[in-house]
Amino acid sequence: MDDAVTLITGTRKGIGRALAEHYVRAGHRVIGCSRGDIDWTLEGYTHYRADVADEPAVKDLFTDIRRKYGRLDHLINNAGIASMNHSLLTPLSTVQSVLNTNVVGTFLFSREAAKLMAKNGYGRIVNLTTVALALRLDGEAIYVASKAAVLALTQVLARELASMGITVNAIGPVPIETDLIRSVPKDKIERLVQQQAIPRLGTCDDVANVIDFYLRRESGFITGQHLVLGGL
Amino acid sequence: MALIVGAVQEQSNGRRPATATDLGRDTPLLGREGVLDSLGLVSLVVALEQTVEDTYGVSVSLADERALSERHSPFRTIGTLADYAGRLIEGARARG
Repeated sequence: MDDAVTLITGTRKGIGRALAEHYVRAGHRVIGCSRGDIDWTLEGYTHYRADVADEPAVKDLFTDIRRKYGRLDHLINNAGIASMNHSLLTPLSTVQSVLNTNVVGTFLFSREAAKLMAKNGYGRIVNLTTVALALRLDGEAIYVASKAAVLALTQVLARELASMGITVNAIGPVPIETDLIRSVPKDKIERLVQQQAIPRLGTCDDVANVIDFYLRRESGFITGQHLVLGGL
Repeated sequence: MALIVGAVQEQSNGRRPATATDLGRDTPLLGREGVLDSLGLVSLVVALEQTVEDTYGVSVSLADERALSERHSPFRTIGTLADYAGRLIEGARARG
Protein backbone atom coordinates (compact mmCIF):
# COMPACT_ATOMS: atom_id res chain seq x y z
CA MET A 1 0.00 0.00 0.00
CA ASP A 2 2.01 2.93 -1.32
CA ASP A 3 0.24 5.85 0.31
CA ALA A 4 -0.76 4.04 3.50
CA VAL A 5 -1.14 6.20 6.59
CA THR A 6 0.93 4.74 9.41
CA LEU A 7 0.96 6.03 12.98
CA ILE A 8 3.83 5.04 15.27
CA THR A 9 4.07 6.02 18.93
CA GLY A 10 7.35 6.73 20.68
CA THR A 11 9.32 7.82 17.63
CA ARG A 12 11.84 10.13 19.32
CA LYS A 13 14.52 7.45 19.32
CA GLY A 14 15.26 3.72 19.29
CA ILE A 15 12.95 1.25 17.58
CA GLY A 16 10.24 3.89 17.04
CA ARG A 17 12.51 6.19 15.08
CA ALA A 18 13.89 3.27 13.04
CA LEU A 19 10.35 2.16 12.23
CA ALA A 20 9.37 5.69 11.20
CA GLU A 21 12.34 5.80 8.81
CA HIS A 22 11.58 2.30 7.55
CA TYR A 23 7.96 3.09 6.67
CA VAL A 24 8.79 6.45 5.12
CA ARG A 25 11.22 4.54 2.87
CA ALA A 26 8.38 2.12 2.08
CA GLY A 27 6.29 5.04 0.82
CA HIS A 28 3.90 5.36 3.74
CA ARG A 29 2.72 8.69 5.08
CA VAL A 30 4.12 8.31 8.57
CA ILE A 31 2.87 10.11 11.66
CA GLY A 32 4.71 9.78 14.93
CA CYS A 33 4.53 11.11 18.44
CA SER A 34 6.58 11.40 21.57
CA ARG A 35 6.41 13.25 24.86
CA GLY A 36 9.33 15.47 23.97
CA ASP A 37 10.56 17.24 20.87
CA ILE A 38 12.60 15.30 18.34
CA ASP A 39 16.00 16.34 17.04
CA TRP A 40 15.51 14.90 13.56
CA THR A 41 13.25 15.50 10.56
CA LEU A 42 12.32 13.43 7.58
CA GLU A 43 10.30 14.17 4.47
CA GLY A 44 7.10 12.16 4.60
CA TYR A 45 7.10 12.13 8.40
CA THR A 46 4.89 14.31 10.62
CA HIS A 47 5.57 14.58 14.32
CA TYR A 48 3.20 15.35 17.17
CA ARG A 49 4.12 16.07 20.75
CA ALA A 50 1.83 14.05 22.98
CA ASP A 51 1.93 11.90 26.07
CA VAL A 52 0.30 8.62 24.99
CA ALA A 53 -1.61 8.36 28.29
CA ASP A 54 -3.06 11.89 28.11
CA GLU A 55 -6.57 11.28 26.78
CA PRO A 56 -7.38 14.83 25.58
CA ALA A 57 -4.01 15.07 23.82
CA VAL A 58 -4.53 11.68 22.18
CA LYS A 59 -8.04 12.64 21.04
CA ASP A 60 -6.72 15.91 19.58
CA LEU A 61 -4.03 13.99 17.70
CA PHE A 62 -6.61 11.67 16.15
CA THR A 63 -8.94 14.55 15.28
CA ASP A 64 -6.03 16.08 13.39
CA ILE A 65 -5.26 12.81 11.60
CA ARG A 66 -8.91 12.44 10.61
CA ARG A 67 -9.04 15.97 9.24
CA LYS A 68 -5.70 15.85 7.43
CA TYR A 69 -5.65 12.29 6.11
CA GLY A 70 -9.26 11.11 6.44
CA ARG A 71 -8.09 7.66 7.37
CA LEU A 72 -5.59 5.52 9.23
CA ASP A 73 -4.32 2.19 7.95
CA HIS A 74 -1.72 1.17 10.50
CA LEU A 75 -1.00 1.81 14.16
CA ILE A 76 2.22 0.63 15.78
CA ASN A 77 2.05 0.98 19.56
CA ASN A 78 5.75 1.26 20.17
CA ALA A 79 5.96 3.82 22.99
CA GLY A 80 7.12 2.11 26.13
CA ILE A 81 9.13 2.63 29.24
CA ALA A 82 10.87 0.04 31.36
CA SER A 83 11.76 -0.13 35.00
CA MET A 84 14.56 -2.49 35.89
CA ASN A 85 14.38 -2.86 39.59
CA HIS A 86 13.55 -5.42 42.22
CA SER A 87 9.85 -5.16 43.05
CA LEU A 88 10.66 -4.35 46.69
CA LEU A 89 12.58 -1.32 45.50
CA THR A 90 10.01 -0.07 43.02
CA PRO A 91 8.14 3.09 44.06
CA LEU A 92 4.44 3.49 43.26
CA SER A 93 5.18 6.47 41.02
CA THR A 94 7.27 4.18 38.79
CA VAL A 95 4.50 1.59 38.74
CA GLN A 96 1.98 4.20 37.69
CA SER A 97 4.18 5.71 35.06
CA VAL A 98 5.05 2.33 33.48
CA LEU A 99 1.40 1.24 33.46
CA ASN A 100 0.27 4.59 32.06
CA THR A 101 2.64 4.62 29.12
CA ASN A 102 2.62 0.93 28.29
CA VAL A 103 -0.96 -0.10 29.05
CA VAL A 104 -3.11 3.04 29.10
CA GLY A 105 -1.24 4.46 26.10
CA THR A 106 -1.66 1.29 24.07
CA PHE A 107 -5.34 1.14 24.97
CA LEU A 108 -6.09 4.79 24.15
CA PHE A 109 -4.29 4.69 20.81
CA SER A 110 -5.89 1.39 19.85
CA ARG A 111 -9.34 2.68 20.76
CA GLU A 112 -9.03 5.92 18.83
CA ALA A 113 -7.29 4.24 15.88
CA ALA A 114 -9.99 1.59 15.63
CA LYS A 115 -12.65 4.30 15.40
CA LEU A 116 -10.89 5.71 12.34
CA MET A 117 -10.05 2.33 10.83
CA ALA A 118 -13.61 1.04 11.28
CA LYS A 119 -14.86 3.69 8.87
CA ASN A 120 -12.90 2.02 6.06
CA GLY A 121 -13.43 -1.50 7.34
CA TYR A 122 -9.66 -1.99 7.31
CA GLY A 123 -6.81 -1.59 9.75
CA ARG A 124 -3.71 -3.13 11.25
CA ILE A 125 -2.67 -2.61 14.86
CA VAL A 126 0.66 -3.91 16.10
CA ASN A 127 1.66 -3.84 19.76
CA LEU A 128 5.14 -4.27 21.16
CA THR A 129 5.71 -6.63 24.06
CA THR A 130 9.08 -7.94 25.21
CA VAL A 131 11.14 -11.07 25.47
CA ALA A 132 11.16 -10.39 29.22
CA LEU A 133 7.52 -11.49 29.24
CA ALA A 134 8.31 -14.91 27.76
CA LEU A 135 11.21 -15.30 30.21
CA ARG A 136 9.31 -14.02 33.30
CA LEU A 137 12.44 -11.98 33.82
CA ASP A 138 13.14 -11.15 37.45
CA GLY A 139 13.97 -7.55 38.27
CA GLU A 140 11.37 -6.29 35.82
CA ALA A 141 8.10 -7.12 37.56
CA ILE A 142 6.14 -4.02 36.59
CA TYR A 143 7.55 -3.82 33.08
CA VAL A 144 6.71 -7.49 32.47
CA ALA A 145 3.26 -7.08 34.07
CA SER A 146 2.54 -4.09 31.84
CA LYS A 147 3.53 -6.04 28.74
CA ALA A 148 1.41 -9.02 29.88
CA ALA A 149 -1.48 -6.56 29.91
CA VAL A 150 -0.53 -5.39 26.41
CA LEU A 151 -0.58 -8.99 25.22
CA ALA A 152 -3.99 -9.57 26.83
CA LEU A 153 -5.26 -6.37 25.18
CA THR A 154 -3.92 -7.60 21.84
CA GLN A 155 -5.82 -10.86 22.13
CA VAL A 156 -9.12 -9.36 23.27
CA LEU A 157 -9.01 -6.41 20.83
CA ALA A 158 -8.28 -8.90 18.04
CA ARG A 159 -11.68 -10.45 18.73
CA GLU A 160 -13.55 -7.20 19.31
CA LEU A 161 -12.23 -5.53 16.17
CA ALA A 162 -12.22 -8.49 13.78
CA SER A 163 -15.65 -7.74 12.36
CA MET A 164 -14.43 -4.24 11.46
CA GLY A 165 -11.63 -5.62 9.28
CA ILE A 166 -8.98 -4.69 11.85
CA THR A 167 -6.27 -7.12 12.92
CA VAL A 168 -4.35 -6.75 16.18
CA ASN A 169 -1.05 -8.56 16.71
CA ALA A 170 2.02 -8.30 18.90
CA ILE A 171 5.75 -8.71 18.56
CA GLY A 172 8.15 -9.42 21.40
CA PRO A 173 11.61 -8.11 20.59
CA VAL A 174 14.78 -9.44 22.21
CA PRO A 175 17.26 -6.89 23.57
CA ILE A 176 18.22 -4.36 20.92
CA GLU A 177 20.94 -1.74 21.23
CA THR A 178 18.67 1.10 22.34
CA ASP A 179 18.49 3.43 25.32
CA LEU A 180 16.00 1.06 26.93
CA ILE A 181 18.67 -1.54 27.67
CA ARG A 182 21.65 0.79 28.05
CA SER A 183 21.15 0.83 31.81
CA VAL A 184 21.02 -2.96 32.09
CA PRO A 185 24.30 -4.60 33.15
CA LYS A 186 26.11 -6.26 30.23
CA ASP A 187 26.29 -9.67 31.94
CA LYS A 188 22.52 -9.66 32.46
CA ILE A 189 21.94 -8.97 28.77
CA GLU A 190 24.43 -11.72 27.89
CA ARG A 191 22.63 -14.25 30.13
CA LEU A 192 19.33 -13.27 28.56
CA VAL A 193 20.63 -13.58 25.00
CA GLN A 194 22.06 -17.02 25.78
CA GLN A 195 18.53 -18.29 26.48
CA GLN A 196 17.50 -17.58 22.89
CA ALA A 197 17.72 -20.27 20.18
CA ILE A 198 19.69 -17.72 18.18
CA PRO A 199 21.92 -16.05 20.77
CA ARG A 200 22.48 -12.53 19.49
CA LEU A 201 21.10 -9.05 20.10
CA GLY A 202 18.18 -8.09 17.89
CA THR A 203 18.13 -5.29 15.36
CA CYS A 204 15.47 -2.79 14.40
CA ASP A 205 15.31 -4.56 11.02
CA ASP A 206 14.32 -7.80 12.80
CA VAL A 207 11.40 -5.94 14.36
CA ALA A 208 10.41 -4.16 11.13
CA ASN A 209 10.41 -7.49 9.27
CA VAL A 210 7.76 -8.96 11.57
CA ILE A 211 5.70 -5.78 11.51
CA ASP A 212 5.87 -5.71 7.69
CA PHE A 213 4.32 -9.17 7.76
CA TYR A 214 1.52 -8.13 10.12
CA LEU A 215 0.78 -5.00 8.06
CA ARG A 216 0.48 -6.79 4.74
CA ARG A 217 -2.98 -6.76 3.20
CA GLU A 218 -2.56 -10.52 2.73
CA SER A 219 -2.23 -10.93 6.52
CA GLY A 220 -5.91 -10.22 7.03
CA PHE A 221 -6.48 -13.72 8.47
CA ILE A 222 -3.78 -13.30 11.11
CA THR A 223 -4.88 -11.68 14.33
CA GLY A 224 -4.38 -12.01 18.09
CA GLN A 225 -0.91 -13.43 17.48
CA HIS A 226 2.29 -12.87 19.44
CA LEU A 227 5.60 -13.46 17.74
CA VAL A 228 8.70 -13.48 19.94
CA LEU A 229 12.05 -12.95 18.21
CA GLY A 230 15.18 -15.01 18.72
CA GLY A 231 13.56 -18.43 19.02
CA LEU A 232 12.14 -18.29 22.50
CA MET B 1 -32.05 14.72 16.36
CA ALA B 2 -31.62 14.71 12.55
CA LEU B 3 -27.95 13.82 12.99
CA ILE B 4 -28.89 10.84 15.10
CA VAL B 5 -31.62 9.65 12.75
CA GLY B 6 -29.15 9.77 9.87
CA ALA B 7 -26.49 7.91 11.82
CA VAL B 8 -28.96 5.27 13.03
CA GLN B 9 -30.14 4.73 9.46
CA GLU B 10 -26.58 4.14 8.37
CA GLN B 11 -25.88 1.66 11.16
CA SER B 12 -29.13 -0.28 11.12
CA ASN B 13 -28.37 -2.01 7.82
CA GLY B 14 -29.72 -5.52 7.80
CA ARG B 15 -31.16 -5.39 11.31
CA ARG B 16 -34.55 -3.96 10.40
CA PRO B 17 -35.55 -1.88 7.41
CA ALA B 18 -35.54 1.69 8.58
CA THR B 19 -36.41 4.80 6.68
CA ALA B 20 -36.21 8.33 8.01
CA THR B 21 -39.97 8.41 8.43
CA ASP B 22 -39.92 5.18 10.48
CA LEU B 23 -37.42 6.64 12.89
CA GLY B 24 -38.54 9.01 15.58
CA ARG B 25 -37.89 10.00 19.18
CA ASP B 26 -39.46 6.81 20.50
CA THR B 27 -37.66 4.40 18.20
CA PRO B 28 -35.90 1.88 20.44
CA LEU B 29 -32.21 1.46 19.66
CA LEU B 30 -31.47 -1.79 21.45
CA GLY B 31 -33.30 -4.94 22.52
CA ARG B 32 -35.80 -7.09 20.64
CA GLU B 33 -37.53 -4.09 19.11
CA GLY B 34 -34.32 -2.15 18.62
CA VAL B 35 -32.99 -1.12 15.23
CA LEU B 36 -29.37 -1.84 16.18
CA ASP B 37 -27.39 -4.88 17.23
CA SER B 38 -24.56 -4.43 19.75
CA LEU B 39 -21.96 -3.83 17.05
CA GLY B 40 -24.32 -1.36 15.41
CA LEU B 41 -24.45 0.58 18.67
CA VAL B 42 -20.64 0.71 18.83
CA SER B 43 -20.52 2.00 15.26
CA LEU B 44 -23.29 4.51 15.98
CA VAL B 45 -21.44 5.94 18.99
CA VAL B 46 -18.23 6.28 16.97
CA ALA B 47 -20.01 7.88 14.00
CA LEU B 48 -21.94 10.28 16.25
CA GLU B 49 -18.84 11.39 18.18
CA GLN B 50 -17.14 12.25 14.88
CA THR B 51 -20.23 14.01 13.51
CA VAL B 52 -20.60 16.06 16.70
CA GLU B 53 -16.96 17.06 16.46
CA ASP B 54 -17.27 18.06 12.80
CA THR B 55 -20.58 19.89 13.27
CA TYR B 56 -20.14 21.58 16.63
CA GLY B 57 -16.36 21.66 16.98
CA VAL B 58 -16.39 19.98 20.38
CA SER B 59 -15.15 16.56 21.40
CA VAL B 60 -17.57 14.46 23.46
CA SER B 61 -17.43 10.90 24.75
CA LEU B 62 -20.93 9.46 24.43
CA ALA B 63 -19.96 6.23 26.20
CA ASP B 64 -18.31 7.75 29.25
CA GLU B 65 -18.76 6.67 32.87
CA ARG B 66 -21.77 8.92 33.24
CA ALA B 67 -23.64 7.28 30.38
CA LEU B 68 -22.83 3.81 31.57
CA SER B 69 -23.83 4.52 35.15
CA GLU B 70 -27.07 6.43 34.50
CA ARG B 71 -30.04 4.56 35.91
CA HIS B 72 -31.89 4.86 32.64
CA SER B 73 -29.46 4.28 29.81
CA PRO B 74 -29.27 7.18 27.34
CA PHE B 75 -29.05 4.57 24.59
CA ARG B 76 -32.68 3.41 25.01
CA THR B 77 -34.24 5.35 22.17
CA ILE B 78 -33.29 7.88 19.53
CA GLY B 79 -34.90 10.59 21.67
CA THR B 80 -33.04 9.74 24.88
CA LEU B 81 -29.77 9.62 22.95
CA ALA B 82 -30.51 12.96 21.28
CA ASP B 83 -31.21 14.55 24.69
CA TYR B 84 -28.08 13.06 26.19
CA ALA B 85 -25.89 14.14 23.26
CA GLY B 86 -27.40 17.62 23.48
CA ARG B 87 -26.50 17.89 27.16
CA LEU B 88 -22.95 16.77 26.48
CA ILE B 89 -22.53 19.26 23.63
CA GLU B 90 -23.84 22.10 25.81
CA GLY B 91 -21.51 21.07 28.62
CA ALA B 92 -18.50 20.90 26.30
CA ARG B 93 -19.34 24.32 24.83
CA ALA B 94 -19.76 25.86 28.27
CA ARG B 95 -16.33 24.58 29.26
CA GLY B 96 -15.00 26.20 26.09
